[in-house]
Order: sequence, then structure tokens, then C-alpha cells
Amino acid sequence: MGKVGIVGYGCHLPRHRIKVEEIAKVWGADAPSYKKGLMLREKSVPPPDCDTITLSVEATKNALRRAGGINTAEIGAIYIGSESHPYAVKPSGVTVAEAIGATPNIHCADFEFACKAGSEAMFVCLGLVKAGEVKYGLAIGGDTSQGAPGDALEYSAAAGAAAFIMGTENLVAESIDTFSYMTDTPDFWRREYEFYPQHAGRYTGEPAYFKHTCGAAEGMMKKVGMKPSDFTYAVFHQPNGKFPQRAGKMLGFTKEQMEPGWLSPTLGNTYSGASPIGLTSTLDVAKPGDTILMVSYGSGSGSDGFVWKVTDRIDEVRDKAVRTRKLLDENLIYIDYGTYAKFRHKIKKNA
Amino acid sequence: MYSARDWREYPRRYRLEAGKCKKCGKIEFPTRLVCSKCGAREFETEMLPDTGKVLTYTVIRTAPSQFTDIAPYAIAIAELTNGVKLTAQLVDCDVDKIKVGDEVRIEFRRVQTDAHSGILSYGYKFVPKWY
Amino acid sequence: MRDVAVVGVGMTKFGEIWDSSLRDLYVEAALGAIENSGVDHIDSMIIGCMSGGLFVGQEHLGSMLADYLGIKHLPASRVESACASGGLAFRHALIEVASGMSDIVMAGGVEKMNDISGDGATFALATAADQEYEVFHGATFPGLYALMAVAHMEKYGTTRDMLAAVAVKNHDNGALNPNAQYPFKITMDTVKSSVMIADPLRILDCSPITDGAAAVILTTVDIAKKLGKPYVKITGSGHATDTIALHSRDDMTTIKATTVAADKALKMAGKTIKDVNFAEVHDCFTIAELVVMESLGLYAPGKAGEAVLNGETALNGKFPINTSGGLKSKGHPVGATGVAQIVEIFKQLTGVAENGRQLKSNPKVGLAQNMGGSGGSSLVHILEVA
Repeated sequence: MGKVGIVGYGCHLPRHRIKVEEIAKVWGADAPSYKKGLMLREKSVPPPDCDTITLSVEATKNALRRAGGINTAEIGAIYIGSESHPYAVKPSGVTVAEAIGATPNIHCADFEFACKAGSEAMFVCLGLVKAGEVKYGLAIGGDTSQGAPGDALEYSAAAGAAAFIMGTENLVAESIDTFSYMTDTPDFWRREYEFYPQHAGRYTGEPAYFKHTCGAAEGMMKKVGMKPSDFTYAVFHQPNGKFPQRAGKMLGFTKEQMEPGWLSPTLGNTYSGASPIGLTSTLDVAKPGDTILMVSYGSGSGSDGFVWKVTDRIDEVRDKAVRTRKLLDENLIYIDYGTYAKFRHKIKKNA
Repeated sequence: MYSARDWREYPRRYRLEAGKCKKCGKIEFPTRLVCSKCGAREFETEMLPDTGKVLTYTVIRTAPSQFTDIAPYAIAIAELTNGVKLTAQLVDCDVDKIKVGDEVRIEFRRVQTDAHSGILSYGYKFVPKWY
Repeated sequence: MRDVAVVGVGMTKFGEIWDSSLRDLYVEAALGAIENSGVDHIDSMIIGCMSGGLFVGQEHLGSMLADYLGIKHLPASRVESACASGGLAFRHALIEVASGMSDIVMAGGVEKMNDISGDGATFALATAADQEYEVFHGATFPGLYALMAVAHMEKYGTTRDMLAAVAVKNHDNGALNPNAQYPFKITMDTVKSSVMIADPLRILDCSPITDGAAAVILTTVDIAKKLGKPYVKITGSGHATDTIALHSRDDMTTIKATTVAADKALKMAGKTIKDVNFAEVHDCFTIAELVVMESLGLYAPGKAGEAVLNGETALNGKFPINTSGGLKSKGHPVGATGVAQIVEIFKQLTGVAENGRQLKSNPKVGLAQNMGGSGGSSLVHILEVA
């Protein structure tokens, strides 16, 4: 079996940010304890003209820049994983495919599995490429997720997207193996026609995030016969700053290993974009030969594990598009809660 | 609301496809059937570049109803690096600090939303070129 | 081609005319023109109306207005060129008489803009711009003229005060016009502190939403003489289009369509712009008046603003512009505007402009400049004393 992996990767984040203090002020909450408890300072906010589709298009353009001149007509599949697809019926993928000139010979469907829909898309694209069904598969994880007003998740629900073009040649990072761990776990959900999701409080921790993240991580490492110290980097799903740090520690990873892929303290939770975006920021600094463990988590619940090995091509390719940390840290526009509520359609208006 | 009209515009709105006159080289955006410079009728597809400079701009403070969520918003006429001029919103910036000559880049954005249940219209907008 | 004259004019009050429908307004103006002219019949009628369809759901205006004017089987057409619809109606009426096809033709214009919501009116007006490449992106009418203003200010140093001076002068004149929508003076400060619409244009830089109608009767000079009433000769007519989108123009700080139309009109009249004594121009926004002054060749590019500040275009100035109050003070019922300009020039040339608005300088040659959209079309007419 030949090699498969990432030919091009890209990320896109909106410019706007809101600080924890701004949100806490409105709900009479204690900002310092939220910041400490969640290890979170601020999050990204999509303005009204940014949605999962627009973020996905820009992330894909960055991936195409790094893929170095592939013919988009040869992309045989596009899957976007999100919990905030702009349409309930009409796939986000068709618009992205149209925008990059990949139509009409292309497979497409939208994916949903809470925060791991993006990594699921990555898994499927790797499989299609491996099977020889498509020359390139485009997998995107992106969201402009909603947090219920006054709820803990309002502090972290953020926006962003990461795109990966999977193929067999000119790889930037090779996929060594994958492993999935999934059960029926009702920790966080959104019923049809509901605007905001709901969650089961502390139950979202140990029986949900940690059980599946660690289950997938351990299963992945066992499958490839590696231990934490064998990896250069580790990227975990990051619903806040604290959970991935704790999971990493529990599994035996160091802060240094997780550092490049740990963005949530100033990004928030980009849901289906979370661990995929963490992977892009890790690739931005990785060197040839580095290995990366990536473990996503999606409520409901499940985790997808990946082991990536960075190739020589990373040095030539990483700066062909903007680095994730630059999008995260620079040229930011801070907004107040009123603007945030307007942007996120939380204000009731006449039809 | 305008499914057919939106769909017909995708090559321009989504991909910035222009037409280059085979006879005189003029780049028409949108593509046309007749070259506005030499009158010839044959064109080849040319993709527009995604960066340019602001030629003029304004800030719309009294917005039409479909744009009240983003008011005040700026619109600009920018000249792309190949000389083609376009009108579009200029977003992600302080509307009071825009200057003629500012460098811009094109990004894919949602331009209009047809109320709660209608179709979504995507297209190009300008953002400041900060990298 | 026969020599053509304007022998009578009529117009309604311009404003928010709640009691009058579109047909009421038109008939009122039309009857006024017929009475003023002394004709006992008309051969045909050309109506300028930008969008009866979008404003009141009514098309087929030729049929409806001939019907309501009580003239059975009258040939009647409606022409459209956005805000230049009135000027276009006038031109087509001129062509019909000059060609010998008809002897007496009415050119009328009407717009009923207040039956629809503000948003609806904005939408209807925006149809004058490029729907897919300007309006789709959020460019509004004031927005397009604001883009022009910023470009003009950047290129020539035109100032905020120069724009305000246009509005103040037009209100000075409109205060004397019994048909004006806003017949009162305003100050520079009031203009400069009014609510911002699209930087730098504030609400008092913009012409209003107006209901109104105007009509004029055209006939041959021979018939005009026989009627024995005051008449005015139409000596020049010019019409030109330009790109619909502002960004496609060669120069966004001038209205080429007006320059080309004016050249044609002046050539036809055997005159230069220096022979013209006064003008009614299309001040849909204050910047438009400045740009048109330059496009007509009255002032060098970039110099119009200074001239307005110096009072050169005031009622008692060197070259009075918009003695009627212009679109700003008189109002802008879109399709009627081009015809209302002719009404004012007729009054000035025949010495009957009301309330002290009459030019004391004994004008002989007047010019009407009408344009559509952001300059996508323009009509220029030259009229002279008999």
C-alpha cells in the first residue's frame, strides 16, 4: 500500500474577538473564575458575512496554496464537517467546490458529529485516496458555533475552519494510521429546529471528553506501537484551554508537545475546526521527520485518532500561505457584547 | 428568491472569472459578448487577481434593510493589480480610517441572506491586505 | 426638420402629496400645460416615468394616462432612462414634432414615490444602478454619488463646504418657488450637521423622495406663432449614454454622458456653453451639481466648488444654476424632474417665474441637463427666447 497523507493544509479565522470579561459583565458572572477554570481569555467571533462555507473556502484556498498548483478538477471528493452548516438541507460542500472550480466531477456530502465532524471527513478522504477512488480528497472541519446566552459554553463557542487536501504524492505529512473510538454518550446535543445546543454539565467531562479522547489516544498509540515520548507533538480537541492540557497530562504528554497545537485560550472552541486547526498550527512549526498525534473529540460521542509523520516538503510549503498563529494573534478587532449578540443573531427581530 | 440569477453569477461571484478579448487583450469583468474596447466577440477565460488598491470609497450609514446588521459598512471601488476595477464592500476594518490608496485583498463572504428561509448569496468582498 | 417650440407648461406641487395618486398627479399637470398653451388638442403624448411598476404596481402608463386625460385613442408612450426619463420624454416629443410626424405633442413626467415604504423606494431607485455588480454588493444611490464625491475631493481638493453651498443656494431659490417640496432656506451648519447617509453625503446633500408631475406642450414654431401666446424655441437637443457601473467609467469624477450630450445640443443650436445664460441641472446630490458644472464645460475640472462658494451660480450671480430650487429644494419625483426643468426654463425665458425668482438679467438662452443613475445616461436641451 502506497503512502497517503496531507498534500496541502490551510486555516482561516475571522478577525473579530470578544473577551471573557465582556460576556461575564452582561450575565453578572465572575470573569476571573471563568478565565481560570476554562483557561480561556477570549474567543473568535464570526461577523454576519462569515459562516462555515466562507471560512471553509478561505481555508481551502490556503490549502491549495500549500498544495502547490494541483488541478482542482482532480479533487474527487469534498466533505465538510460542521455543526453549523448554513443550510439544514443543501450541502456546504457544493458551494466550496464551486468556489474552487472543482465541480462537476466530485463526490460531496456534509458531515455532522458535533466537534469531530471535521476529523471524520479527514478519515474518509484518506480512505478514498488510499483505495484509489479519488486522486485528491478535500476534508474540511469548520464551524461558527452558537453558545446559549448566559451558559458556560457562550464563553467558548467560536469560529474557524481548517482544510486538508489528501493525496498520495508530494505529501507534507504522511498518515501513518488512524483509530476511532465511539459510543452513544448523551453529553451535548442540539435537537432539530433548536437554535442553541444543550449539554449535561459535568457529565461532559470524564464519561465523555476524557473517556473518548483517552480511549482513542491509547488505542491509536497501541495500534502503531508508540508511546507519548515517541511523538514530537500532540494535538487534542480543545473545547476550552483546560481539557486538552488535562487529557495530555493524563496520557503522559508534556506541555511542550502540546504547545504549538494548543490555541483555545485565545481562540475559543472552533468545534469541528478545533483539532484540525490545532494540526495546522503544529504543521506550521514542525520539522521533517516529526510525528504528530492528533485526537479529536465530538460529543455524542467519539474521538478520531491520527498519527502523522511530517515530510521534507514541509519547509518548502509552510509559508506558501498565512500561518495559523498569525491569523490567531494579529490584526484583531475586539467587540462588545451588543455587537456580538447582533453578529450572532441572538437579538429578536421582525421577520 | 433569485435562484437562477444567483446561480448564473457564480463564475464571477465565486471564482472572479473574467473574459479576455482575444483581439485586443482587454479584460472584461463581467464577461461580455462584445468587447467594450474593440467590438470583437471572442473571449478566453481569465481569472482576476485577488489584490488591488482602493480608488474611492464611502461608508454607508443609512443601510438598506438587508444590510442593517453590518451598518455602518464601507463600499469601495478598487483597482486590481491587472487594472480591472470592481465595486464591493470593504470589511474587517475601521470604516473611519480607510484611505484612497489602501491595499486590499479579495475574500469569499456571504453577501446577502434572504430572510429566515431564503437562499444565501455568496460573493467577493475586500478586506485590508495585512499580510 | 421643423423648428419646434414649447408653448405651454404645467406642474403640480412637488412633495408628499397623499391625496393624489399617480394618475391624479399626471392629469393635473397635463391639464395645466394644455390650458397654459392654448392648444385645443394634442396629437400624441410621451410620458417619462422611472418605475410606475415598482412604486405603485402600474405599467402601461401610455394607455392609462391617455384614458384619464380623457383623450380617446391618443397615441401615448412611456419612456424610461432612470432619473433622466423626463428629459428623454421631452426629446422624443421634440423628435416627433421636428420630424413632421405630429404637430402638437405633450411631453410629461410623473413619479409617485410615497405610496411605498422607504426601503421599497430605495430598492426601486437602485434599479438605475448595476444590479449584479453594484447594488448586490450594498451600493446604494447615495453611496454611488458618495464614491464620486470622495474621488472628486481626493483629486481636486473639493471641500465639505463646497457641497453644502450647493444645497444652501438651491434652498435660497426654492424658498421662492410655490411648487417646491421644501420652500425654505437652510444654513451651511444645518447641512453639515444633518445625519450622515454615506460619507461624506449627509441627508441635506441628497434630493428627497417626492410625488409630482410636470408637463409641457411642444409644437412647431409656426403653430406657436398662430396661438399668440408666449413661447420658447427649442434649439438644441443632445442625448448620450455611458457605462452603467461607476467603476467602468474612464473618469469617475466627471459625467461623460453629459459632456457628449451637451456637445451635441450646443452644436445643434449653433452655440458654445459661453452663450448660455442660466441652467437647470440635475442635482440629485450636491456633488452632482458640481460635477455637472464641470462636465458641461462651465467650469474647469475641480473649479466648480469655488464658484459656488463665491456665489457665481446664485440667483443674482454670473451664471444662475437651478433657479427653481433644483432637485434638492424643489423635490425629485424622478420621471417628472426632466420635464420640470423645462417648465422652469420656460418661465424664466418668458418672464413669468414667480415670487421674485425671475432673473433680472433678461436671459435669452437656457440649458436643461438631466441624467440617469450615476451618470449612465444624460439629456441636454437648449431653449431660447422666441
